[in-house]
This record gives sequence, structure tokens and C-alpha cells, in this order.
Amino acid sequence: MTDVSTTSGARPGGGPGPGGPTGPMRAVLDAAAVQRALTRIAHEILERTQGADDAVLLGIPTRGAHLAARLGAQIAAVEGLELPVGTLDVTMYRDDLRLRPARALGRTEIPAGGVDGRLVVLVDDVLFSGRTIRAALDALGDIGRPRAVQLAVLVDRGHRELPIRADYVGKNLPTAQRETVQVRLAETDGQDAVLLGVKEGAR
Amino acid sequence: MTRRHLLSTADLSADDATLILDTAAELARLADRPIKKLPTLRGRTVVNLFLEDSTRTRISFETAAKRLSADVINFSAKGSSVSKGESLKDTALTLEAMGADAVVVRHWASGGAHRLAHAGWIRGTVVNAGDGTHEHPTQALLDAYTLRSRLGSLDGRRVAVVGDVLHSRVARSNVHLLATLGAEVTLVAPPTLMPFAVETWPCAYSYELDPVLPKVDAVMMLRVQRERMNQAYFPTEREYARRYGVHAERMAALPEHAVVMHPGPMNRGLEISAEVADSARSTVTEQVANGVSVRMAVLYLLLGGSEPAIGTENEAGGTQPGATQAGATQPGGTQEGGAAR
Amino acid sequence: MSGRNWTIRGARVLGGEPRELYVRDGLLAAAPAADATVLDADGLIALPGLVDLHTHLREPGREDAETVLTGTRAAAAGGYTAVHAMANTDPVADTAGVVEQVWRLGREAGYCDVQPVGAVTVGIAGEHLAELGAMADSAARVRVFSDDGHCVSDAALMRRALEYVKAFGGVVAQHAQEPRLTEGAQMNEGEVSSALGLRGWPAVAEEAIIARDVLLAAHTGSRLHVCHLSTAGSVDLVRWAKSKGYPVTAEVTPHHLLLTDELARGYDPVYKVNPPLRTAADVEAVRAGLADGTIDVVATDHAPHPLEAKDCEWAVAAMGMLGLETALSVVQHTMVDTGLLDWAGVADRMSVRAAAIGSLGGHGRPLEPGEPANLTLLDPAASRTIEPHALHSRSRNTPFAGLKLPGVVHATFLRGAATVLDGKVVDR
Repeated sequence: MTDVSTTSGARPGGGPGPGGPTGPMRAVLDAAAVQRALTRIAHEILERTQGADDAVLLGIPTRGAHLAARLGAQIAAVEGLELPVGTLDVTMYRDDLRLRPARALGRTEIPAGGVDGRLVVLVDDVLFSGRTIRAALDALGDIGRPRAVQLAVLVDRGHRELPIRADYVGKNLPTAQRETVQVRLAETDGQDAVLLGVKEGAR
Repeated sequence: MTRRHLLSTADLSADDATLILDTAAELARLADRPIKKLPTLRGRTVVNLFLEDSTRTRISFETAAKRLSADVINFSAKGSSVSKGESLKDTALTLEAMGADAVVVRHWASGGAHRLAHAGWIRGTVVNAGDGTHEHPTQALLDAYTLRSRLGSLDGRRVAVVGDVLHSRVARSNVHLLATLGAEVTLVAPPTLMPFAVETWPCAYSYELDPVLPKVDAVMMLRVQRERMNQAYFPTEREYARRYGVHAERMAALPEHAVVMHPGPMNRGLEISAEVADSARSTVTEQVANGVSVRMAVLYLLLGGSEPAIGTENEAGGTQPGATQAGATQPGGTQEGGAAR
Repeated sequence: MSGRNWTIRGARVLGGEPRELYVRDGLLAAAPAADATVLDADGLIALPGLVDLHTHLREPGREDAETVLTGTRAAAAGGYTAVHAMANTDPVADTAGVVEQVWRLGREAGYCDVQPVGAVTVGIAGEHLAELGAMADSAARVRVFSDDGHCVSDAALMRRALEYVKAFGGVVAQHAQEPRLTEGAQMNEGEVSSALGLRGWPAVAEEAIIARDVLLAAHTGSRLHVCHLSTAGSVDLVRWAKSKGYPVTAEVTPHHLLLTDELARGYDPVYKVNPPLRTAADVEAVRAGLADGTIDVVATDHAPHPLEAKDCEWAVAAMGMLGLETALSVVQHTMVDTGLLDWAGVADRMSVRAAAIGSLGGHGRPLEPGEPANLTLLDPAASRTIEPHALHSRSRNTPFAGLKLPGVVHATFLRGAATVLDGKVVDR
């Protein structure tokens, strides 16, 4: 149960994942592809929620938060609809806390209307083991009771360890365990990209 | 696991202190939620070992630990084995046998927390909740947090700490921490209540309050014990209040943005007038509220991970490390670290 | 084997050229006895048996910390042939009865001569003079009187005590500590105490009493001995008093020759002592004072305490450090190896003058034929790491634990009988 899923993706603070240095990385999505994926997700959200009038976007810091902000902006541009956008830091709910030194918390900002009775769409950059999302669901439960929760991710790299799935996926990217996926965003890293590499000395 | 404690603010680097304050800021938002609880310390046992009375601080720590889902055991001096003469060592061994992950200790003797941390009796983390006249690190942290939330960054800010500095653990902790965070501290007290060798402390000092007030961003009042009058530290309460008390006129002499702080409990009419205590400039009630968030941050950063995220490396207790290097060849040679400033 | 006759070969007497010493029937002799056991003392320094002017043997009353038996074994191991046992026992040694009891316990144990010190005041309460004359006339023949542990702070009482002991050549040994300036004091008042939040014991509390007492000694024409002098200012006062010809002597402990108040930073009570450890400047001053003879003797102030009295918070801990078994090593380390004192000086400060101040016949004598064979053989080239559990004392509170110190006592002779041989205490 306590497998050290090193690149589950959504952790506060930018930078490469833990679990050892990586070899050379190649881009599997360039900036344009990232943008297209986000545009598509925005449209899908609008479609499947029939207008998203009670939706709330909550991004998981760090990069998920930026993605949520972008999705909100996208939806506003397309539909003229200002969705509440916020962030949900899951550090305190992680199941691997005791495996690493205590780490700094990310910002949690729940929009003014709260989450009770609303459709919460969690937004994260990479979906891997699913543990981060499990933690997010626990965190959400202590904040209120949404009528439903959906998940939007930029990349789904497989290897789920829990029964968790994404509703909206930017790119399905089958990977090996020993590979590492890193998302770069203009807001944190200067440019948009999704990179794939191999962990050095990977098991 | 590396064993680290929070015994003194002198052990905190600027990064450590900032991390605590930032973490506290995030945790403060918990107060707005219906469920004010996080699962982070579930299954951990935090013992409040209060060998000196304090309801306020103990409740603050208890709330902090419970909000992180830790199990809390309260152990106070009155009516306990300690009041029947049990030694600190035996009390500590009992707590260790009960599996305490952390001991929050308030002790009437300076160095009490240090001894608990280093004597080799317990393996857990020790958080100093006030030891004699030595230090009260979480008080200083919540003071810094309060100042930061009222004034913004503390770098370059000027703070006056006024009152019985000699006997104040709050003053000592604040001097270290504020200096670390880049603030300039001026201690104000009558000469009898100023610590020996204060010139060596990282702050300025003055025997007069009025010249200091117009230049500071915050005034931190310290509680003065009336009994000190009988030990000739000052002649009468009236004279003390006149020379060192902050009343409405003195408050008016402060810059507009400046705040008045007090760690509590207050002697209304002695070091602080009722009018000042209840004014908008007074941060007294905020300090209390901020205490819970700050203590949650401290407990989380010390206990929440596989190893603490703050504090300095401390040797495992039990042995007498001091003798091996202390003054071995020359007097005053390299010494054991301990509570060095 | 502890026979009564010895031929000691190649010992450097007082650090001088190696020569032979002959012990016959408890005395030093000009020629060897026929059945003398030969002891090879090549490389060893021969000193007159050390005399401690200030020891706490704790019996009667605190036998959990030390007894006369265990304390004198520790003394012998440290090279001592005589110790002055301080009076703050329970009951206090303020009557002929108690001092005779302590004296007798010493004789029965047989490891070292025990010279009891009589209290100055009844119960060491600082109010009424004890029966000093009765103690002087007793079998214990008390000549040194001290309320050590407490200060005789009442000026009038101190004057009377100084006057009274003149009748029998006594000396009053004062523990200089102005009580009103040291209420609740925990350690030296200074930068360290200020940082640690521990109440300070200011130097002036020691110096003010010494200043008063040297003047009283001059005024009464009676001898004053200053116990465990610890500050630079105190050294200056004694130096001044001696320059005026006042009848004043002084002692310093081994720990005050080496350790400073910086050690308190870890709040480890093994470093808690009265008078407290002082600053580096004070250590330098007392070393200089011992070197130039302003300070007459090294006295251990050996203060055993049971484990629970030190395994606790600083404020709750007892004050005191062991000293008998490490004194000579500390003196070698701080005074001889630094060039401040030679071995003849060590003999003077650790034996000769102490015996003179205590009026203790038979000890501190020259190592010449006809004198009692009280001597110590020290190996200055050897060294050891101080291990509390290896000490002969019943207690473990040594501040030198873990330190590597030079000088190992090879043998100690008490009137020709070996109490220590080959570095080991000889069981009687």
C-alpha cells in the first residue's frame, strides 16, 4: 500500500519529481498541443455538464491550480460563463506523508460559494497512481458535500493503484513504471510542454 | 529518524521561521471550515506535560494537536505524581512507555525542556511551551505571525519590547526570532529589570520608553509581576506604570500604523491601561487565535513527515557530550552547542 | 603486596633527579631495610602524600552519596594521604562527639588520615558559635573550622569566631558567599546565565565577603582561610591582603582551574557547583594566582551526590562535583603541562602548605630520612580517559567524564603502608 509513487505528479512546488535523477527527456506534447488539449477539455466540460452552471473548478497546486485557472478563462471566453475557480492543497491528506520529510503546504482557496451541492471538477496535471486524487476527495469531504465530483487531467499515464479514473483527459500517455512524466507550464516553468524521460537507476 | 525539537527560537534559521509562518497562514484557513480537522497526525500521541500552570497555552496546544487528529494526553502538575515528588526523569520514562510521539512541555525551571530533550529519557520530539525564564518559542512565533499579518514583512521593522525583560522568556524568544527575521528590537525596562550583559544581545536597549515609541512599528508589552516590587526591582506599582506603562497618551505617540501587543495575561492598569488593551491597535485577541495555527504548523512540521522540516540537528541524549570537548585543553575552549544564541 | 619496608628506585623526587627512597617501619630512612620490597619507579615523580584541605565525606547522614570508607579509598587513589572532612554532615560536626566519630571512622578505614573540620556555628545555622574549644580538645584535635556550604555572613559573628580560635591556633575557613546577593542563584552571573535564563551568582557576592574578612583577619590578628576562591577579583583581594602582611590563605579547586560557565549551556547539572564555574578570564587569573603563590593550595571540594540529585533539571539539581581522584591530573594538565608550576610547586600547593594551614603534623613533610613515609608516586607520562564508573567514590558526578587527562597515580604510601600499588587501591 505504501508504495512510493514517486511521480504521482501533483505536488506543491515546481521542479522535477523525486525518486532519483532522470535521463534526457523528450517532449511528447509541445506548447501548441498542450493548448489544444486544454481547449478540448474546456469544451468537454461544457458539453457533459450541460452548461456547467453549478460547476466549481478546483486545481491541485501547483500546476493543477494554473490549469484550473486556464480552464476557467477558456470557459469564460467560449461561453461568457464565469465559473468559480479555486485551489485545493492535498498535502495534509496524503497517504505517504510519513515516508518523506514534512513538506511545505500549498494554498487552498475555496471560492466564496463553497462546494456544497455543486459539481466540483478537480484539475491536476498528471494522473498516475491515483493517490493524490484520493487525498483530494478526502480533503473535499472535510470542506463540504458536492453533489458530484469529476476529474480533469492534462495527462493520464496509467498505473493506477486505486480505483480512480479521470472524466476529462488531455492526453492518454501509456508509460512504463520506470519512466517519468513531467508537465511544464508557462506560469511556473516559462513554457508549456509535457516531457517523458527515464529515471536513472530506476528499479 | 532524526530527532529534532523546538526548544529555542535561537535554533531557527530565517528559512525555518518563514516556513512555520507560511504553513500557519495556510492552516489558519481551517478555522473557516465546518470540519476544522486534518488527518495528518492521526495515530500520533502528543502529551501536554505542564509542570507549571497555564490553561491558555495548554488549551492552545491541545486544540492544535486535535485539529491535526492527534491523540492528546494532558499531564499537569497539580494532583499528579509530580506533585507527590516524582522526578522529571520518572515522569518522562512513564510518558515514553505510553508511546508519546511528542511532548509539549512547560516547566518552571529554565532548561527544563532542554533537559527533557537531551537526557536520554524519551525518544520523541520535545516542544518547549515555556521553560522558566529562558524561552517560549511558540509565543514568539505567534507574535511574529501576528505582526506579519498586521504589518507585512518584518524585515526592517522596529519593535519595542517593554517590561520585565529580565524574567521574561517571551522577551528572549522574541529577541532571537525578530532579529533572525530582520527586525530591529529595542528592549525597554528599568535597569533592575534589564538582563545582565544585555549589550551582548542582538538588540538595542533603553531605560526610557517615551523616546522609543514614536519610532517603532510595534510595542510588545511584557507582564510585570507585582511581587517583584517586594524584591526591590521597582519601588511602587504607581511609579512603574508611570514610567513604563502604555496608556492612552503613550499610544497616541505611536506612529499611526503601529500596534500594541501583549502575550497575556495582562495586568490592566499596570503595564497596559484598559483603554489601550481594548483599542483597535491592540492585537491581544488575534495573538490568541493565531496561537492555534502557529502551534499546528509547528506540530505538523516536526511530526508530520518522516523527519522534521525545521530545527537544528541535536545529538541523541543520554551521554554527557559536554565534557568531551568542553574546556579540555584551554579554559573556554570549544563547548557543546546547547542553547547557544 | 603491602609490606612495611620498601626500596623505591629511580623516582624523581619533586621532579628532580632520579634517586632512591627507603621506607622502613613507616618512616623514610637513609638506608634500605634488608627485607625491603623493591619498587621500580623509573619515570615516576615522587611527591609528599597529598593533603586535601576541603573534602566532603558525607558520613554521618548521606551515606548514599559517600562514606568515610569509600571517600578515603577515592582519596588514596588520587594520591592523598590526608583529607580534611567538612562539617556539613547530618548531624553537623559541631560537637566533640561527631568529630571524634568521623576521626575514628577514618582510622578504622585506614586508607588515608581523616582530619575532621568543625563547624563554626551550631548546626551551620550562622547564629551561635559552636563549641570550638571542645572540638579542638577532642581526640580529633580540630584546628580548621568552617561552615562550608554556607557563609558566616554575620560580620560580628565572623569577628568573634576569628578571635576565639586564636586560643588554640585554629583557622576559620570561610565559604565566601553573600547570601542576599545570591538568593536562588544557579550559575555564574554573566553572558551565559543571561542567555540561559538562569539566575546569576555574581562575582561580587564572593569578593565582598573576602574583602570584609581579610580586614577582619588583620584587625583580630587571626588566621583566615578562603575556601574555593573562584574569581579574578578574589585573587586580587587576597594578593593585596598578603602584600599587607595579613594572615590570609586561600584555596582553589581543580575544576575552577579548568572549566568555565560555558559548560552550562547544555543545562547538564554535572556542571552545577558552588561557587559556580566562572569565565575564561577568571580561570586564567586563578591559575596565575596559584602559580605565584597568592593561592596557597589546591583543595578539591570533593562533593559526591547520588544519581538522582544530578539526573534532573538544573534548577532542581544539587551543587557539587567529585574531585579526589582527578585533582592531581587536572593540576598537571592545567599548571605543569602549561609551564606555570613545576613539580616542586605541585608538592608545595597540594601537600606542604595544606598541612601547614591545617596544622597537620606528619604530612606535607620533606621527603628526607626521619620523616613519616607519606608519599605519592605519579606517572606523568601516562594518561587516562575519566570514566565515572571506574571511580572509587560511591557517586559518579565528575565533570571530567570523557576527558583524557595526563598523570596516573602509580602508588600512594600512608606511613609506609601502600594504599595504592600499581595504580590500584590496595584492599585492607
